[in-house]
Amino acid sequence: MISKFVGSVAQALEGIQDGTTILLGGFGAVGQSVHLIEGLIEQGAKDLIVVANNAGYGNIGLARLLKERRVRRLICSFPRIVGSTIFESLYKNREIELELVPQGTLAERMRAAGAGIPAFFTPTGVDTMLSANKEVREFKGRKYVLEEALHGDVALVEAWRADRWGNLTYKQSGRNFNPVCAMAATLTIAQTQHKAELGELDPEAVVTPGVFVDRVVHVPHGDPQL
Amino acid sequence: MSTTEVHVQPWTREQMAQRAARDLEEGWFVNLGIGLPTLIANCVPLDQEIIFHAENGVIGVGPMPLPENVEPWLINAGKQYATLRTGGCFVHHADSFAMIRGGHLDLCVLGAYDVSARGDIANWALSKDDTAPAVGGAMDLAVGAKRLWVLMQHLNKKGEARLVDECRFPLTASQAVDRVYTDLAVVDVRGTHFHVVDMAPGVTKDYLVARTKADLTFEGHGERQRGNYENTGRQ
Repeated sequence: MISKFVGSVAQALEGIQDGTTILLGGFGAVGQSVHLIEGLIEQGAKDLIVVANNAGYGNIGLARLLKERRVRRLICSFPRIVGSTIFESLYKNREIELELVPQGTLAERMRAAGAGIPAFFTPTGVDTMLSANKEVREFKGRKYVLEEALHGDVALVEAWRADRWGNLTYKQSGRNFNPVCAMAATLTIAQTQHKAELGELDPEAVVTPGVFVDRVVHVPHGDPQL
Repeated sequence: MSTTEVHVQPWTREQMAQRAARDLEEGWFVNLGIGLPTLIANCVPLDQEIIFHAENGVIGVGPMPLPENVEPWLINAGKQYATLRTGGCFVHHADSFAMIRGGHLDLCVLGAYDVSARGDIANWALSKDDTAPAVGGAMDLAVGAKRLWVLMQHLNKKGEARLVDECRFPLTASQAVDRVYTDLAVVDVRGTHFHVVDMAPGVTKDYLVARTKADLTFEGHGERQRGNYENTGRQ
């Protein structure tokens, strides 16, 4: 019998090593697996490479992981948001490496990793600083830049409902990067608001099928705080 | 200005948004960039079926919710609470940007620091070594939509022209902008110059030419006017 549910956040995060590349779902506070990130702070892994759309805010979740100096390199599209003071200060003091990636390229690089595509050409970023030193090729008279797939050792995602096979649904705009992170990592760990019995989720409404998910932990933590 | 005094009434931010909203067509899928372009949504009546796309995967963004109707899981690209109009749906980020990059959106409206007559746009960084750079979806949006419009003030806070021959800030995309709405005028990008299609009340050809650092042509006049911005003594 398949059962991907584990009993605690600590069990869900078991085995994460120093130097791991971690993909984080979420767009701002919505859809970010705050309890798994807080658990990672407890767990102690360091020298991490973190892939996320934003760099956290205030003193919780990703912002606190950064503050604890556990992240060596951040791969991110929009690190500067209201309240992202911890990132800004680390970056200013050169205490963190930043790879800035256009948002759509960030999503597609993870999707490609999950889909077995090592690289792709995109029109985004052509003739800009962000395509410097990258291969540019012309197709049908238009220029495109070569971008490589972005694979994670671990993905931390937040679901709305999950069953024991690891099938996931999301809530409204909480979907965002979670499905692409889930498919792009070797070990995908989901925090879910609600636990569903097998067969309870509408098969038409499952967004991330269990094939992409390894561990699930039930954390009914309530609504995100903007 | 050394030219004759004119009673210029620049468009307000709301009037700029209204002016742009007038040019939207029923049935369009439209992405509005954060900041000034977001105001356009307030100018479109709900019975007009224009579908607003938010990059975080919300297709059919409705009006801002009243405080008592906030849905904590429903935000827009600016990370503000939003609503979903009837018929709207949610997608994940890779699909959201497939719509953008794949040319499925009819229009994107962005803010900008500079736009060149060639259609280059600079809107994401003020220098090569920005203190904390952030690009978000700007580069994808600029290259992907069928049309790219810019909504921005005609001059920056220092009084410098933002319609220019060459962008002064790091580019977001090259040869991408189709039309610019400022507080003084509406101009189309024509590759070698801007073509003025509308002006705010009281704005004259001379007044606009003196505030533009690129060539201009005017509706109904074949002759091209050299932007004489540099001769005005403005810094």
